[in-house]
Amino acid sequence: MIEVGLTHFLVISAALFSFGIYGVVTRKNAVMVLMGVELILNAANINFVAFARYGNFGLNGQIMALFIIILAAAEAAIALAIVLNIYKTFAHVNIDEIDNLKE
Amino acid sequence: MNVYDIIFYLFAAITLASGFLVVTVKNIVHSAFYLLFTLFGIAGIYVLLGADFIAIVQLLVYVGGILILLLFGVMLTNKITDVDIKTGTLHIVPAVIGVGIFWGAITSILTSTHWKSLPAENIEPTTAQIGTLLITDYVLVFELLGILLLIALIGAATIARRDKE
Amino acid sequence: MSEILLINLSILILFLPLAGFGVVILFGKRFSKLYLFEQGIITLAFILSVIVAVVKLSSYVNQDILFAFTWIDFGNVPMLGELKIDLGIKLDNLTVIMLFVVNLISMLVHHYSVEYMKGDAKYNRYFAYLGIFTFSMLGIVLTDNILMMYIFWELVGLSSYLLIGFWFEKDSASDAGKKAFIVNRVGDIGMFIGILILFATYQTFSFDAIYEKISMGIIPFDSGAWLTAAGILLFMGAVGKSAQFPLHVWLPDAMEGPTPVSALIHAATMVAAGVYLVARIFVMLTADAMLVIAVVGAFTSFIAASIALTQNDIKKVLAYSTVSQLGYMIMSLGVGAYAFAFFHLVTHAFFKACLFLGSGSVIHAMHHEQDIQKMGGLRRKMPLTYLSFLISTLAISGIPLTSGFLSKDGILAGTLAFGSLTGHWLIPIFGFTVAMMTAFYMFRLVILTFHGEPTDKHKFDHAHESPRLMVYPLVLLAVLSIFIWYTPNPLAPNQGWFLSSWVKTPQTVVPQDLRFEFMQSTETGTGIVHSEMYEHAMHWAHYPAMILSVILAGLGILLAFMMYQWKKISPDKFAEKVKPLYNLSLNKWYIDEIYQSTFINGTLILSNFLAWFDNTIIDGIVNGSATVTRLFSRISGWFDNYVVDGFVNFTAFFSGFIGLSFRRIQTGKVQTYIVFVIFSVLILIILL
Repeated sequence: MIEVGLTHFLVISAALFSFGIYGVVTRKNAVMVLMGVELILNAANINFVAFARYGNFGLNGQIMALFIIILAAAEAAIALAIVLNIYKTFAHVNIDEIDNLKE
Repeated sequence: MNVYDIIFYLFAAITLASGFLVVTVKNIVHSAFYLLFTLFGIAGIYVLLGADFIAIVQLLVYVGGILILLLFGVMLTNKITDVDIKTGTLHIVPAVIGVGIFWGAITSILTSTHWKSLPAENIEPTTAQIGTLLITDYVLVFELLGILLLIALIGAATIARRDKE
Repeated sequence: MSEILLINLSILILFLPLAGFGVVILFGKRFSKLYLFEQGIITLAFILSVIVAVVKLSSYVNQDILFAFTWIDFGNVPMLGELKIDLGIKLDNLTVIMLFVVNLISMLVHHYSVEYMKGDAKYNRYFAYLGIFTFSMLGIVLTDNILMMYIFWELVGLSSYLLIGFWFEKDSASDAGKKAFIVNRVGDIGMFIGILILFATYQTFSFDAIYEKISMGIIPFDSGAWLTAAGILLFMGAVGKSAQFPLHVWLPDAMEGPTPVSALIHAATMVAAGVYLVARIFVMLTADAMLVIAVVGAFTSFIAASIALTQNDIKKVLAYSTVSQLGYMIMSLGVGAYAFAFFHLVTHAFFKACLFLGSGSVIHAMHHEQDIQKMGGLRRKMPLTYLSFLISTLAISGIPLTSGFLSKDGILAGTLAFGSLTGHWLIPIFGFTVAMMTAFYMFRLVILTFHGEPTDKHKFDHAHESPRLMVYPLVLLAVLSIFIWYTPNPLAPNQGWFLSSWVKTPQTVVPQDLRFEFMQSTETGTGIVHSEMYEHAMHWAHYPAMILSVILAGLGILLAFMMYQWKKISPDKFAEKVKPLYNLSLNKWYIDEIYQSTFINGTLILSNFLAWFDNTIIDGIVNGSATVTRLFSRISGWFDNYVVDGFVNFTAFFSGFIGLSFRRIQTGKVQTYIVFVIFSVLILIILL
């Protein structure tokens, strides 16, 4: 096996990203969709940190990762509030059945 | 194959395996727990990448905060009588095909590209430097994020509030 | 106390009333006691202004304190060069005295209104308006540049509008508010053009910078006429705000507002802003501009005094007397008696505010009866009001031992000197006539209101002295109308500290050939405003003016007593004899009617003509073209129906067909869309 380098981390990140998208696309439950989104964000984070380690950018990558984590926290809070509202309105959170805008 | 590599493959395996399970198991609570392992694995990867502060933040915010929040979401949006909380699936076939091709394409691009790789010689603690950067170069972003969090907090509270009847 | 502290204090004084306005207007509906907050704030502002005035007049009496900062920096503008707008405040003696006067009267009116306005539905809002008025008035006083002055000028106009129309349920009040606002705009246009002329020439708004450049010989368009024009245009702003002829018509109508407001705005402070403006621009006035100002002032004071002779509404009499006294001040500035004009501004502010508050007290006691023919005998019922009213009346009539005597005498001496130096004798003649008429109509007012027998028995029985909170401002203001505050010698205003050390006539900066002869100096560059010739004339005029004015005032008073107290001369018969003049005065020289038939009807006629033009000519053209259009329409309609519609229908059918086929894709489900996105991205990747 070759020595662990930048590419390894990028491949892991790509795989996590794909899982995230798969989750977002296939799950019916809104909370599950949110989990997929978190996976995607984490994948992006790995990329940032990896480039910060192997690239010539100093700590900027890590700072960006930090900001993404903060944004993810905010996003999760808002999204869950919305999910709760959806639940109040429709009595379920299956987003494939929520297509009122279609009409 | 040194210790570093072994630890890397260990974490990578944990991350990918639990990540896969997150999006495939039917029980939502289970998948939330798998997400926990995924996040742990990612934190380990951060440590391997020399980002100690990020790793700690990952544990604190994601595992301690967001995951709990997600679990709350699961609990609050399912009827308590459901014994096992399941989720349906859809678009399996197009998703598998699309994501498969996507993953293949990205991975092939990543591996075939020759990345300029200049790893730093020695890994230093980053917390102090990040702290300095946050209140110098990134101070505006930092403040804005503070405001954003406040707005998100208020917004979330407003949206989720029960209507006055 | 250091200079910077003084500056900070005055900025605090400026913004305190604004804070009061903001708080009271926003929360006044919820907390009915919030007016107390405004009371406290204005009292605090007054105390601070006393501190500022005392420190400035004792430690920095010969030194101006300046503070300025750059508001907008345009950088290097093509064709104009470096352009920036500075804002700032300037504390000179004029400013701090005005600061004191405005805050004092504002505070007294605030306290007075607590009782006067009791029970009004918009109680809190009233105090909020008083707050914003005080803020904008202080802004005018403090500013060091003409742009800020213009801004606060308009703010003052706005707050005056709000307060005149305070009882907007009454048509007359809301009309009076609108009238005041519109008439003021006429003057402000002139002022605005004047500002633009100055800015175009000097690229700065600051008074000091402009005067410095004028004294260096730089004048607009290199022509003295333009400098004169700039001065007169700026003066137009004062004509509007200080209610000078021909724009004086709004002030008497403004008496529709609450009486304390009339005391604050339309007697003591806001209308004095015009005089203050002219005093500020005094050094850049050319001889021609000063002559115009003097004539306008003299004519105004005459016309207003003659109207006041016959009015029967207590507030109307006072309103016209205000116009007349403002005309005095303007005239005094026009003849170069700068210091006396400002002196009169201050003394007039006190005694006129006292008169208005006194009339408010009477109106309050008489249950909103304003007709002096229905009053009488109130002396016994309201002794304190009567006494303070009487002292103020003596002051405005120019009787020795009062403040009004000092300032009025100075103004009359100034006009007399001016007449002897330039040959414009009409101005002093107007001045002295007005002095006599003032004494007459003011004593007519006092006698009809307070002396004699009550004419309305019912209302008289219910009359009573006003509450303490309303009486104390009256007494305080009456005390301030005594000479002792201004000079130790009641016959010689020049020996007092007010004129000898606080207010001095500034040096004019106008080029030599544009000055009056008596203002020219042998030295080159900046010269003194009072040449020896002028000093001499002033000295010569001092005693004749004093004696003449006292005699004339005494005659006026005597006449008033003869007519109304002892009934030796019947006013009715006298009026019958000079019927045309009497009617002219009673109907206010028909000025409102003239405006009605010229400007207002002119506008209406023009509007009607334009409406007719629209209806026949333009509509004719429109209709003609419509006919032609219809013809075309018919042809193109046929074309549309068969050719275009066929095409359109085909397109619609085609679109519908496509839509039907694609409709299935639009599921309304987010995840389906994401799948599409993924495949699109894939296609992109592969293509790239």
